[in-house]
Amino acid sequence: MNNNATGPTSEMVEALYRAESRRVLATLIRLLGDFELAEEALHDAFRAALEQWPRDGMPANPRAWLVSAGRFKAIDGIRRRARFEAIDENAAQAIAAPDDPATWGNEDIEDDRLRLMFTCCHPALPPDAQVALTLREVCGLTTEEIARAFLTAPATLAQRIVRAKTRIRDARIPYEVPSPDALPDRLESVLRVIYLVFNEGYSASSGATLTRPDISGEAIRLGRLLIELLPEPEAMGLLALMLLQESRRAARASPTGDLILLDEQDRSLWNREQIAEGLALAERALASRRFGPYTLQAAIAAVHANAPEAAATDWSRIVWLYDLLVQVVPSSVVELNRAVAVAMRDGPEAGLALIDALLARGDLADYHLAHSARADLCRRLGRNTEARASYQRALALVQQEPERRFLERRLTGLKN
Amino acid sequence: MKYICLGYYDEKRWEMLSESERNAWMDECFAYDDVLRKNGHFAGGEALQGAQNATTLRWNNGKVSITDGPFAETREQLGGILILEADDLNHAIQLMSKHPGVRNGPFEIRPAADLTEMVRASEQRRSARK
Repeated sequence: MNNNATGPTSEMVEALYRAESRRVLATLIRLLGDFELAEEALHDAFRAALEQWPRDGMPANPRAWLVSAGRFKAIDGIRRRARFEAIDENAAQAIAAPDDPATWGNEDIEDDRLRLMFTCCHPALPPDAQVALTLREVCGLTTEEIARAFLTAPATLAQRIVRAKTRIRDARIPYEVPSPDALPDRLESVLRVIYLVFNEGYSASSGATLTRPDISGEAIRLGRLLIELLPEPEAMGLLALMLLQESRRAARASPTGDLILLDEQDRSLWNREQIAEGLALAERALASRRFGPYTLQAAIAAVHANAPEAAATDWSRIVWLYDLLVQVVPSSVVELNRAVAVAMRDGPEAGLALIDALLARGDLADYHLAHSARADLCRRLGRNTEARASYQRALALVQQEPERRFLERRLTGLKN
Repeated sequence: MKYICLGYYDEKRWEMLSESERNAWMDECFAYDDVLRKNGHFAGGEALQGAQNATTLRWNNGKVSITDGPFAETREQLGGILILEADDLNHAIQLMSKHPGVRNGPFEIRPAADLTEMVRASEQRRSARK
């Protein structure tokens, strides 16, 4: 330790906390084998740093210092409790194993962050708990921030996180990166969690505003972290997809918060930097030939991003990509999107026939976008009575305020 | 750590299989059970007779009532239990994913509960009463 230099200010320690706390936590969870214990240890370590560093100077390797301090605090805690609860020394001995954190390479610590991600997204945990736990442990959001983002009561959310941690401990979900044969399935669940977080920010499922940029930003950060640790094609595809969607944020809503559709957006507002990064990632993922649904969706978003104006969109390529996507993920929602693309390529009549067939099958009956897409095609064909009925059906189902206003504007437009 | 694997199966689907199909499937299951045994993962298990032979006991108005049939009337019936010795949940999932039984109905994997502490506390209470 450096004793003569002036130590860092408490602001510097706090900045270090923001930059390093998740890395240190990920390693402490591995060393201590318990989420709660690791979180306590993390806070004890930073408390000690705030006391000692300004006085004694910053250690040469702050990260290793913090891990080491956290571990010793935890061992102290276990020994203290052991005196009262007659727990044997083995627990304390096991985590006091003699390896010096100062000798670790960065790789060990990066592996711990990947372990943390896979553990938080373990399919044996309920999906909503996977999302909450990832935002809490990997991103370091507070319970209150997550609750606000998902419009949930903080107490409910806190309970969800506690239950998930108990389950990890009691069912003994291991802290590991899955073996190669299990990796594809397990990666899918990590990607799903990241995409769920992104979508909640990109198109909030309910509430007064169209988007919650902070939450989308967290999802993109998670996506970047994942490809840095595990550069799998679908992980690149997902990051590409998120960046390409995100690039249109400024153009998606009017200053009054109203929804603007793709063909009416001011394309000069699209974020060129995000588009360039997204296009490059999508290309790399496609070139791997091991891609899946996220890469295909990114490729579709890339066609839009490449069109200088709406009329120049290559709809044939989009329909072709949707054909591939339907094969990979057979879903009525994907078929609905394909129908809209067909309408753009071959005219509204062709699209309407596909949507009516989908609605007749029944699985999209309660999906407001199916009815609003139908309404839109009827409007373009001049079938105003049918269009009105479909807009009204969509209005009855819609949950989000800006979308509701958009549908009302269209409905009013019909009457004139 | 012990994991109890509850194997469910669809009785109707089972009845539709031909005898040779049933035999082939049983042979695969038993062969895999032998693999588990050989590697020290099979800590016990029993197959169950059909749900038509089930009896359910319930506590009802202060006494035990006995009814015919399984506790839960679902399409899928509990067909057998297997006690698995595995390092952790991922290991248990990995071992049971290869069990041919999973193709004929779902497995529910439940970690065994350690009641040692509860038993000890109960023994203390009971001996204090004497």
